[in-house]
Amino acid sequence: MPLKIIASQCTGCSACEPECPNVAIYEKGGVFFINPKKCTECIGHFDAPQCTAVCPVDNTCVLDKSLPRYQPAA
Amino acid sequence: MQQTGGNTGCATSGSSGKASCGSGAGANDLPPEIWAKVKNHPCYSEEAHHHYARMHVAVAPACNIQCNYCNRKYDCANESRPGVVSEKLTPEQAAKKVLAVASAIPQMTVLGIAGPGDPLANPEKTFRTFELISKAAPDIKLCLSTNGLALPDHVDTIAKYKVDHVTITINMVDADIGRHIYPWIFWKHKRYTGREAAQLLTERQLLGLEMLTKRGILCKVNSVMIPGINDRHLVEVNRAVKSRGAFLHNIMPLISAPEHGTVFGLGGQRGPTAQELKALQDGCAGEMNMMRHCRQCRADAVGLLGEDRSAEFSTDKVMAMEVQYDADTRRAYQERIEGDRVALAAARQDELAALAGENSDIKVLVAVATKGSGLINEHFGHAKEFQVYELSASGAKFVGHRRVDLYCQGGYGEEDSLGTIVRAINDCHAVFVAKIGGCPKAELHQAGIDPVDRYAGEFIGKAAVQWFRRYLTRVRSGEIQHQARGDADIRQGAFIAA
Repeated sequence: MPLKIIASQCTGCSACEPECPNVAIYEKGGVFFINPKKCTECIGHFDAPQCTAVCPVDNTCVLDKSLPRYQPAA
Repeated sequence: MQQTGGNTGCATSGSSGKASCGSGAGANDLPPEIWAKVKNHPCYSEEAHHHYARMHVAVAPACNIQCNYCNRKYDCANESRPGVVSEKLTPEQAAKKVLAVASAIPQMTVLGIAGPGDPLANPEKTFRTFELISKAAPDIKLCLSTNGLALPDHVDTIAKYKVDHVTITINMVDADIGRHIYPWIFWKHKRYTGREAAQLLTERQLLGLEMLTKRGILCKVNSVMIPGINDRHLVEVNRAVKSRGAFLHNIMPLISAPEHGTVFGLGGQRGPTAQELKALQDGCAGEMNMMRHCRQCRADAVGLLGEDRSAEFSTDKVMAMEVQYDADTRRAYQERIEGDRVALAAARQDELAALAGENSDIKVLVAVATKGSGLINEHFGHAKEFQVYELSASGAKFVGHRRVDLYCQGGYGEEDSLGTIVRAINDCHAVFVAKIGGCPKAELHQAGIDPVDRYAGEFIGKAAVQWFRRYLTRVRSGEIQHQARGDADIRQGAFIAA
């Protein structure tokens, strides 16, 4: 289950982009998106997803429940 | 407009040996190397702010902390307060904008990066911008404003790009107070909350301040006054930053209108009244000089403090401009300004001579409508703000300003604009204007404020002192009785350009 950014709440501040260890975050039309194929929920990198930790708007970088949880390679 | 009292002059702080003269200090009060740094920086010298302009470029949108007085969602072109911008710029766009503004406004001497997030949470964009500008326009002073969390990591780079003015926002030096101001910080890949967050923040801020002042970089400390949370504590903050070599302390009123959507705004946390703010600033003035001319401007403001010409320099307009940076024209213009300042200094001497021999304890505040240059040169009805001077036997001292523009007033309609003005300058005995209509004149009299239009075009300090001498004479003769005035409102709404 990768993370996603709720576009209507994104301020476009860009704080998340450089924090992502997977370079999964990109800008389009003034707001930011997460490439679900690259997102690892920060597993193996940090204790908590960095985008969620740095985002100034609560509940904006959230788990995308429509997709399965990320499974680290064994 | 001189410094009053022996202890607010050019004091030297014990620990660092640095001069701690502040905003009101002039050429004769400061060591020459410090005066050279502040003499045309409107934010670091109250005197300079009448003549010189600054601009901010919004290249730094990301932030690494959350403050309860800030909401990054809210953004309005007609809104002016820190953290607000109309459009973000790339460093290349910013550099072109700076050259365009510098050509159009030759008195623009300072380029600051103040967000809308934190410049040091966007170090690449911030320093790339400084690099481009220092190459293209080396006469422009570089300046940045930070929350301080990342500051210790960037002091070397700040020095490398010759940024010699840094402002740090320090609202507390006690984590138990800080936890009511900062819900969280993001540091070293981790979000910290509560007391721990505030503790880390205050340690990093004070460390950064010490590192900068050790290198001779001038530091201003901004503090937001939040009644009931840090208002009393700011005296301690003042001591802490002074002992670490800060040059100037700027205590600003909290802006907390509910429509801004901040935690404080929505929770009903009020800002201070004019009297509360002044009492705190006066209380700290014995320790260190205080900045009182801050307009709490936008992160993309352009122009003299108190005016905002950012709308003339939108990205579309700037990118379409043919810009020719003409250093000679700028120099010639600035030399004319220096001529004006010499005249102003002479007027100040006259002002002091006029007061020689007066020994009264009476102090009064007066409001002034001015377009700048230290002159009474604005019509009452056109004024978007009034400057406030405190008059006493030791002269006329600038102590603040009041916004009275008519936009986004949150409750007060245009039909009551005069009422708004009276509330904003209700602590003043007189208002000095270039011109005023009969109607408002009568209403001001009614409110106990003397409308004075006989000094149109004259120097503020000189005229105010003449008026004050007459006031003292009339009090002595028993013609009038000296009475204290009431408190005044600090505007919480927007400050617009037009």
